[in-house]
Amino acid sequence: MPQSRELPHVPFTEDMKKDYTILVPNMLPVQFKLITSIMKNYGYTMEVLENDGPQVAECGLKNVHNDTCYPALLVIGQFIDALESGKYDTHKVALMITQTGGGCRASNYIHLLRKALIKSGYGYIPVISLNFSGLEKNANPGFKLTPKAFIQVVYGLLLGDFIMQIYNQCRPYEVKKGDCDKAVDDLVRKITKDFAGDKFIHYKYVKMLYILICKRFAQIEMKDFGSKKKVGIVGEIYVKFSPLGNNNLEQFLLGEGTEPVLPGLLDFCMYCIYNGIIDFKLYGRTPNNAAIMQAVYRFLLGKQKDMIETIKRDGHFRPPMEFDKVRKLSQQIISPGVKMGEGWLLPAEMVELIEEGVNNIVLTQPFGCLPNHIAGKGMIRKIRAAYPNANIVSVDYDPGASRINQENRIKLMLSTAN
Amino acid sequence: MNVFLGIDIGSTTVKLVAAGENKTTGRLEILYQKYERHFSKVREKACEMLRDAKRVIGEADIRAAITGSAGLGVAKASGVDFVQEVFATRKCVGTFVPKADVVIELGGEDAKIVFLTGQLEERMNGTCAGGTGAFIDQMAILLDVQPNELDRLSMDANRIYTIASRCGVFAKSDIQPLLNEGARKEDVAASIFQAVVNQTLTGLAQGREIKGDVLFLGGPLFFFKGLQKRFQETLQLSDEHAHFPKLAPYAIAAGAACYAKDTAGRTYSYDELLETLEKTAGEPVQTATLEPLFHDEEEYAAFCRRHNSSDIMRENVTMYSGKAYLGIDCGSTTTKLVLIGEDHQILYNYYSANKGNPVDVVCEQLLQLYELCGDRVTIAGSAVTGYGEALILNAFGIDCGLVETMAHFKAARHFEPDVDFIIDIGGQDIKCFKIANNCIDNISLNEACSSGCGSFIETFARSMGYSIEEFCRLGLFAEHPIDLGSRCTVFMNSSVKQAQKDGAGIDAISAGLSVSVVKNALYKVIRAHSPDDLGKHIVVQGGTFLNDAILRSFEMEIGRNVTRPAISGLMGAYGAALHAQANAKESSSLISLEELQNFTHKSTTTKCGMCTNHCSLTVSMFPGGRRFISGNRCERPLGGGDKLKLPNLYEYKLNRLQEYREKSKPGKARIGLPFGLNMFELLPFWHTFLTELGFEVVLSDVSTRSMYALGQNSIPSDTVCYPAKLIHGHIENLLEKGIDSIFYPCMTYNLDEHRTSNCYNCPVVAYYPELLVANMNHLKDVDFMMPYVELGRQKDFIKTMGDLFAKKYKHINKRMVKKAALDAYAELDRFYADVAAEGQRAIDYADEHGLDIAVIAGRPYHIDPEINHGIDRLIQSYGMVIVSEDAVAPLGEMPTVNVLNQWTYHSRMYAAANWAVSKPNAQIIQLVSFGCGIDAITTDEMRAITEEGGKIYTQLKIDEINNLGAAKIRIRSMIAAVEEGRKYAAKS
Repeated sequence: MPQSRELPHVPFTEDMKKDYTILVPNMLPVQFKLITSIMKNYGYTMEVLENDGPQVAECGLKNVHNDTCYPALLVIGQFIDALESGKYDTHKVALMITQTGGGCRASNYIHLLRKALIKSGYGYIPVISLNFSGLEKNANPGFKLTPKAFIQVVYGLLLGDFIMQIYNQCRPYEVKKGDCDKAVDDLVRKITKDFAGDKFIHYKYVKMLYILICKRFAQIEMKDFGSKKKVGIVGEIYVKFSPLGNNNLEQFLLGEGTEPVLPGLLDFCMYCIYNGIIDFKLYGRTPNNAAIMQAVYRFLLGKQKDMIETIKRDGHFRPPMEFDKVRKLSQQIISPGVKMGEGWLLPAEMVELIEEGVNNIVLTQPFGCLPNHIAGKGMIRKIRAAYPNANIVSVDYDPGASRINQENRIKLMLSTAN
Repeated sequence: MNVFLGIDIGSTTVKLVAAGENKTTGRLEILYQKYERHFSKVREKACEMLRDAKRVIGEADIRAAITGSAGLGVAKASGVDFVQEVFATRKCVGTFVPKADVVIELGGEDAKIVFLTGQLEERMNGTCAGGTGAFIDQMAILLDVQPNELDRLSMDANRIYTIASRCGVFAKSDIQPLLNEGARKEDVAASIFQAVVNQTLTGLAQGREIKGDVLFLGGPLFFFKGLQKRFQETLQLSDEHAHFPKLAPYAIAAGAACYAKDTAGRTYSYDELLETLEKTAGEPVQTATLEPLFHDEEEYAAFCRRHNSSDIMRENVTMYSGKAYLGIDCGSTTTKLVLIGEDHQILYNYYSANKGNPVDVVCEQLLQLYELCGDRVTIAGSAVTGYGEALILNAFGIDCGLVETMAHFKAARHFEPDVDFIIDIGGQDIKCFKIANNCIDNISLNEACSSGCGSFIETFARSMGYSIEEFCRLGLFAEHPIDLGSRCTVFMNSSVKQAQKDGAGIDAISAGLSVSVVKNALYKVIRAHSPDDLGKHIVVQGGTFLNDAILRSFEMEIGRNVTRPAISGLMGAYGAALHAQANAKESSSLISLEELQNFTHKSTTTKCGMCTNHCSLTVSMFPGGRRFISGNRCERPLGGGDKLKLPNLYEYKLNRLQEYREKSKPGKARIGLPFGLNMFELLPFWHTFLTELGFEVVLSDVSTRSMYALGQNSIPSDTVCYPAKLIHGHIENLLEKGIDSIFYPCMTYNLDEHRTSNCYNCPVVAYYPELLVANMNHLKDVDFMMPYVELGRQKDFIKTMGDLFAKKYKHINKRMVKKAALDAYAELDRFYADVAAEGQRAIDYADEHGLDIAVIAGRPYHIDPEINHGIDRLIQSYGMVIVSEDAVAPLGEMPTVNVLNQWTYHSRMYAAANWAVSKPNAQIIQLVSFGCGIDAITTDEMRAITEEGGKIYTQLKIDEINNLGAAKIRIRSMIAAVEEGRKYAAKS
């Protein structure tokens, strides 16, 4: 008879907090950098992984079932590649990975990671799940976010998103190459310094930082600002954001003389939160949770409005569309009940882009991504029917998919770009 | 003079067109055109072709544009304008080729479609559907004919076989067995073209109708008349609407020339342009490269010495006298013969490509053998293994057949008695097995996606103009092998294209391909993590390992030396010969010399009418009245139907659900239910619910291939699973039946069976209705109801449904809805109870009769005969009782699983596996639909549960591929291994 199959759980203990480094996969360099530096103030040493190159995917292929989605291969590959690089004392690191808890297989990354660690002889390394759906509660006594820390992290996220919004608009037009990157570096450094120590940054100050960010970017010398063809990037969250996942898509689009437009991470957060409300509306599930989510949703909408207001008042840059409006727009395409993976957010973001005049869109997804069959590729026809000018190309990413095929298809979309 | 030059650099060919303006008419005219294969020397070829054009354009002022998938890199490096190929295609239309409503262009690897009338739409095939021209080339090699011969053959076809059209690899998996089973080459050739047509139309048209004037462009569509014919027939295009212009192969290059004219780019003199291109031809390559296989000749020599030591005793057949034993391995692409003497020494061996007909090969060889043996040697026993086992067995009266895994094991054990791991890479398949206690205890076979790796190298080599030996030899000393990925041969092929774009040499590609094949085997098939996962005494074999580059990559990748027997490619045949010797009876039934001299082989095709599967049968007739039927999925046409009376839960459940058709009665409105996906589970519920509300429930028919074809054109995502794709056909079927509305709810959550942490459906099952509405135009005309409901929350469900139906229909009030719902829940429970009771009956039957039980674990919709392709009957025909996962899951305890277990259907499989490991006469077989993302998670866990419980895990991956050849091997291997295991246990 089989013995107990349970794999031993390795907790992240209070003791570990002192001298362990928590490694984080790289998805959104700026946002993650800000968040990790804020976490430092609460006693956590965190590091965003920067290793890339073909060996990351290679490492993933060796350690994860090859039919699993590409982001899992990359995230797990990046972790194990880092552990094997010799750069870290493997007895002094922990790993952190997000878990949405939705019906998509992405919620399983953490388990695949643990299995891969055991197979590679790193079974002793603790893995922390970062989620807001109550998964693995109390599994890691050493990792607890106080409400105060949590709020600060949220502010960090807002600021990171804000910086990226403006940065993306400026970069295609900078006269001196590297000016925009420098602005980001300066701002990240400044904000990190502001948040440093035990003090609590109030929201008022965050709003002031928004203005500062606008001003900083407005100083950059730019040519023909806003004149290039705009190309939106939407899709599965990891592949959409991570250059490692999408073969440097943004860089490619810049090279083609276009302006890439990316919705922020905040949209994804609000999407996840809104799903808690929908579960109650459609099925009568967890009314208490829905009430809380409703409050959080309102709160974040307010925060987003502040961003929009600031950008409008500054007058230089394009503000994002209010998320609640985006959400409502999407309902002509798909029901908000589609909530696995990126679900209804995908068509929502496409419609947002088109409504804002960005008709050219690259829809990115990992090869064989389940929710994308429905909410991504499955909705293109309907979106085109509603918006005849929509020019959407769907691109699959995979360790075996050749870059030339991807670029050739994007070029096809660009050849009719408007 | 002004000349506009278009250079189209595709995946296999370069096309060059020079155009100039006619002085009198002012119209653009073609001055020069050329079409040549580049054999992967992309940059050199482009220069060479430009040089050839000198006499025409040598003095001109040239404006140039490059296009094509492999042209991107050349354009970038040289600074010459680039134009995307589909855009170029559009440019050409109306200038050099007639105007049209739709343009279809097939290239070496990409397929494109442009809709010009109405809303402009341009599409290229998805990543997974690559391979058109290159695919035809490969298939021609498979049939051992030149591509133009393939075309000629196709014109004499009598019938078209169903060939999976998802991609080249899948199509090949269907074609290979057809050939082995003796199908006519003419028919196969036409079927290949039909597969290309289906692939183009489903992948590209995606629901938009192709009508009006259609223009067909690109090399394949010009050169292959058979392909033209298939397109025209499939699209029902009359001659006046189907246009195949003479310019077709050059069209894109001509379009690029138009582009060059219309954009004010740089003007070059001939010499300047040539110089610009020549400069890029010599530029160094920057791509992801790998370690070289060998650094120098010396290292290679040492490697060769080590491997040459694994040789075998031989004796010349002309010197030998006494008894001899014959082993034949009729593989997917090659046939191998070995004759051994009493001391296991090899007397004679033979290895050859099938050339499309293994029967002829074997016949010829047997004649030769009889001659060599004379009166001195008697063939006292014979055995055959491999794909063509049944055919050869019947054709030549071979004594016995054995499954190839056993043959390989027997041979390997002969070389390395302590062998604990065997890997065999043949032309089509990769097989790996672990050995413990002297029997096979774990088998991994590749699934469709990674098949054909071995033969891919060969066909690729030949398409590049090399023999396989030359090609591999080139790779041995490549300094920078290129990383070509490992997903499948279609992906590898496209990575090759990328490498070519970057200017990589043939040596680097050769070495890269070897590494890719090895990685595919290690990480996809074996899922190995470290050398210890394999074993200490590893034997590698199969024709592909004869290639030193492959062997070397394998050793490098696992970091351990392995044994490769010198007869690596003959191991199956050798094992069969050993088996023949061990099982020799008094005399052999092998065909006599006399019979052999008058040997004839005729084959006809027919459709079996004995059940709803309607298998296409190929009947081969041999002298002496021997007949062989292939293409069948069960034993019925062979007269052995008794075993089909054994309990079969798959059949039971399907019949049980079908009964609901009778229960429909006329009502207020006709509401359609599609008989697919989760309706296979919830039909009792919805049927009862809607009938009670006074509706006539119309259920779509049981899936068939033609129903799939009916809905094929509205599938937006070609990588979604086959069960989902079939739903499109069901909707069309319902619409044909005439209904007022269709009811197909969206369900994020499934019923909670308390085995999971959450009770999700997979995203595809949950939300497919959304996709249908968005992509099926006809649905606009009916009322498509897709409420979001959760059955697990009875109260909320009744309320939601009450609101929906009471508002919509006057004759319904909320009280009725409540009653209908409660009855529906009760009916669903009754269904569950019936399935459980039938399951128990099946188990008891098996126990009483001493039979084995096959637990076929899949999803509810896997009982659909078009989805499982009759696998249940196949397994039944081996004398096993069939139970389904849901029938035994309640009997098993839920095991601990080390993954997030949140999908209701999937959790049943874990419980069913756990039950099976504790039941001595039960075996677990997992059905996995290709593209099922969630099964990428479950399969590893299922394997672990099964193997930790001491059983053999068998996985069958299914898709539209109709052929059960691979499934047969797996199932027979499993059965053989179980039997050996039992024999061993009884002995000790």
